[in-house]
Amino acid sequence: MTQSAAPPPPKIALAGVHKSFTDKSVLRGVDLEIGRSESLVVIGGSGTGKSVMIKCILGLMRPDAGDIEVDGDSVVGLSRSERSEFMTRVGMLFQGSALFDSLPVWENVAFGLIQGRRMHRAAAREVALAKLAQVGLTEDVGNLVPAELSGGMQKRVALARAIATDPEIIFFDEPTTGLDPIMGDVINELIVQCVRELGATALSITHDMASARKIADRIAMLHEGRIVWVGPPAAIDDSGNPYVDQFVHGRAEGPIRMPVRAR
Amino acid sequence: MGFVQAIGRAFLTLLSTIGRLVIFVSAIAASLVQPPFYPRQLGRQLVQIGYYSLPVVGLTTLFTGMVLALQSYTGFARFNAESAVATVVVLSITRELAPVLAGLMVAGRIGAAMAAEIGTMRVTEQIDALTTLSTDPIRYLVLPRVLAGLLMLPLLVVVGDIIGVFGGFLIAVYRLDFNAANYLQATLEYLEPIDVISGLVKAATFGFLVSLMGCFHGFNSRGGAQGVGAATTGAVVSASILILICNYIITQLFFAR
Ligand SMILES: Nc1ncnc2c1ncn2[C@@H]1O[C@H](COP(=O)(O)OP(=O)(O)OP(=O)(O)O)[C@@H](O)[C@H]1O
Ligand SMILES: [Mg+2]
Repeated sequence: MTQSAAPPPPKIALAGVHKSFTDKSVLRGVDLEIGRSESLVVIGGSGTGKSVMIKCILGLMRPDAGDIEVDGDSVVGLSRSERSEFMTRVGMLFQGSALFDSLPVWENVAFGLIQGRRMHRAAAREVALAKLAQVGLTEDVGNLVPAELSGGMQKRVALARAIATDPEIIFFDEPTTGLDPIMGDVINELIVQCVRELGATALSITHDMASARKIADRIAMLHEGRIVWVGPPAAIDDSGNPYVDQFVHGRAEGPIRMPVRAR
Repeated sequence: MGFVQAIGRAFLTLLSTIGRLVIFVSAIAASLVQPPFYPRQLGRQLVQIGYYSLPVVGLTTLFTGMVLALQSYTGFARFNAESAVATVVVLSITRELAPVLAGLMVAGRIGAAMAAEIGTMRVTEQIDALTTLSTDPIRYLVLPRVLAGLLMLPLLVVVGDIIGVFGGFLIAVYRLDFNAANYLQATLEYLEPIDVISGLVKAATFGFLVSLMGCFHGFNSRGGAQGVGAATTGAVVSASILILICNYIITQLFFAR
């Protein structure tokens, strides 16, 4: 084995990914690379296709064109069993939590361990309760069902579920939305910890710039179906990009037009 | 022109639905031959479908047996054939009424519940969440339900057969003054194994269809509460129609020579 000069492939690479729905094209050629153990945050207006992009990487939606590689292997169009295999390396926090409403909270968190990894229920329960403690939820909460929780609690359970198997790639779709500022910061710390200590690769979506600055190694901005800017968090205040500028400062005036009608 | 277009569109929708159904069934078949399996889920569905449908199926067949005895007695009295009541009751129940009525009742009870449950899981992304937790939703959700339908409906129909015949017996003996022993003897005299077996084959087919339609419509539901409602209706209606069509086909296969 010779030491090759070529750098290792990025953990996740999207090249020219297109996705449209019946009459509307959402992704129009997304190119993005995420390095090993890197935390990338994607920002962008509501409805620009950030969640769709994650679902394409996961294979929950199939892109119309373009390629998506993980560790240098294409993950587009995997078979059912290959998909299951790939998913053992992945954790996903859904924007709407997507908790299993027929199962108690702890079993939600332990699901990937019990069903995916065939761990014994009692052992999986211990792991689940530990993960719940990390997101500030007690054992009592673990015995409730999701319908009995507040929105923010559901989000934290979903987060615990996403990281329960210590996956090597984690997707967080708006992890801090709906949380109070203090709990939001606890979650930021937890995400940073997953990346720094466990060496996971993280792709997060957020509208919360404070959270983005805290958890990101790099920030990418999605606008009109393409990545229009990528850079470190330190550079985001003087990015020189009018789209990023407008977004970061939350101004209604600028190149991004919101489709609302003036009175 | 608009009319022709509408027909064309309906036809294309039908073809694409059939295509999706074929893919769905082959995915179920593929998951049958290769682990992982989820016995816990299967157990839960066996209880759901088998045990909790007993009252509904029991009541339905009880009253059907009773009304059958009454109707055939008063009808046959016109040409002095009252003695055929026992035979008519047992053949109608085992061959036809127990499986068809149990199938239709279970379509309303179980098919609708499956479509609503799986449909809700679809629109709230719980099915996507299953996939990301490396659990194949076909194996975890669909296969246990389809197997449970296939296995439990014949058992329900065996019970329904007995209760239905018993219902006829009650009316014959206590309302129509038949002799109990004679009635029982007449019941068994012309009954052949094929009568019961054909009914059980029907039951297994109907159980499969009910679960399949419930899961298929739930799986393909779109948009929120309205989509789930449409899936539920679709599951019950399509299962009922398929039951009636398959009932004719199976009867033809068994008895038309
Ligand atoms: N299953 C679907 N069918 C049809 N259109 C869809 C579907 N999923 C998403 N879309 C459309 O794709 C666009 C992007 O949706 P997406 O959920 O990715 O937005 P987003 O960037 O995550 O927004 P937000 O920040 O509000 O979550 C939206 O306009 C939406 O209408
Ligand atoms: Mg989103």
